[in-house]
Amino acid sequence: MDVAIVGLGLHPFGRSPSLSGLEQGAIAARAAMADAGTDFKAMQFAFGGSQDGGNADSMVNLLGLTGLQFTNIWNGCATGGSSLNAAYSAIKSGQYDIGLVTGFDKHPRGAFNPKPSEWGLDDWYGETGLMLTTQFFAMKLQRYMHDYNISRETLVSVAEKAFRNGSVTPTAWRQAALSREEIEQAPMVSEPLNKYMFCSPAEGGCALVICRADIAHNYTSKPIYLKTAVVRSRNYGSFEVFAPSQAPFVAESPTVTASRTAFELAGIGPEDVDVAQLQDTEVGAEIMHMAENGFCAHGDQEQWIAEGRTEITGALPVNTDGGCLANGEPVGASGLRQVYEICHQLRGSAGARQVPNSPKVGYTHVYGAPGISGVNILAV
Amino acid sequence: MIEQKPLHDGLFSWPDSDPEILGSRCNECGQHAFPPQNSCRNCTGNNTSVVGLGREGTLWTWTIQTFMPKDPYLTDETPETFVPYGVGYVELECGLRVESRLRQNTTSDLAIGMPMTLEIIPIRKDDQGIELVTFQFTKKEPN
Repeated sequence: MDVAIVGLGLHPFGRSPSLSGLEQGAIAARAAMADAGTDFKAMQFAFGGSQDGGNADSMVNLLGLTGLQFTNIWNGCATGGSSLNAAYSAIKSGQYDIGLVTGFDKHPRGAFNPKPSEWGLDDWYGETGLMLTTQFFAMKLQRYMHDYNISRETLVSVAEKAFRNGSVTPTAWRQAALSREEIEQAPMVSEPLNKYMFCSPAEGGCALVICRADIAHNYTSKPIYLKTAVVRSRNYGSFEVFAPSQAPFVAESPTVTASRTAFELAGIGPEDVDVAQLQDTEVGAEIMHMAENGFCAHGDQEQWIAEGRTEITGALPVNTDGGCLANGEPVGASGLRQVYEICHQLRGSAGARQVPNSPKVGYTHVYGAPGISGVNILAV
Repeated sequence: MIEQKPLHDGLFSWPDSDPEILGSRCNECGQHAFPPQNSCRNCTGNNTSVVGLGREGTLWTWTIQTFMPKDPYLTDETPETFVPYGVGYVELECGLRVESRLRQNTTSDLAIGMPMTLEIIPIRKDDQGIELVTFQFTKKEPN
């Protein structure tokens, strides 16, 4: 059974002091169902996830007590990818005809402060100041820049693109484009990454209505087909976060294995993708994920970015809505926002940030601790 | 003399005039882990032994922690007294890359490939006034 996305809903990312995370998720869910011309009574199942916004299935109090199967999903920053993967399987297997995928969050200001015990680690690791995701991203990038000659100018270019794209995305948190000088002069957070090169924890909600492809036209004139949804954890040797030690070699990351499997299952290659969302928790992540997802060779990013190939008007537009950098990262919602954006691009409804020439194939990649990647391939 | 004890047992040899990092070695496939663990991340087995991993290595990657982390960070520092610290992975002789605080905390003092050596440092006092110590690596000075 083929799978289609027929409803898109989003509560704007950023700060919403008057709304709980759960309420933002429910607003997104109602928007997605309205977009599909349906309602919660028609939903046969739901998958949802949140880190700091409470249990996703509490949302039934806001949407209605209809008795559906509602399963909570939690896979760190990759939660949205895992939720969509579960929904994909539920439709693909023939178990259900139509259902809801939702994610939301509401994080306190500042960097995440994960607890070692929740990640299989002892307290000393957090107490001595080693358990910061910012350090991991910085150290992975530092080595990558050393091995593949990636310049600081390229880091600045990725941040510049993110905020420029955010400035033409009405639902983005960061709506102001930034100059190269502003980005270059921002305070350093974790060498080589400064304040404007990291995304920030935020708030927001996102939801999708997903159904059997053969009934999709009952809900929309422009169904987006979910060709495949793959989630992978890390193999030994993958350089990962929350790791007191790493193997003596660097093996393929979960992004590489998820991406390769997704392309095999979809029967297409990276060259067939017209528009992509790649996890950009920081600028280096977008750069490294371009290669890990198979779009270019390691080191070629320097030239790709200098030539503007990942701009909205480029050969492979990446993070057209400004990505995590401009939208912030409400963990539960972030992976679904990527899919929401790709669906709008494939529908041709992305407004001022619309990729030209009617893109047909889209790609999303989300990455989360402690080494989970989720890849979706979408097409019209 | 101030009484000292490790913040966490089993990370480094203690007490020891020449402390070294402790890890585990898989008796099936030979891969190492730090901290020591009973199971193997490489071959999925659960037959390992605790071994000393030495006290020297080279810096594989690094960054600098510029702001005082939130909880669960636990030292006697305040935001006013906080001193930025280096963080890196040090590749030991067996090849394992161990994550560590670094004494060096400026870009000019840190470089991939530089030789590093272990040192034991106080991290905070416990509620009995005993000084808790942990490990970090520092630049190895030429002999």
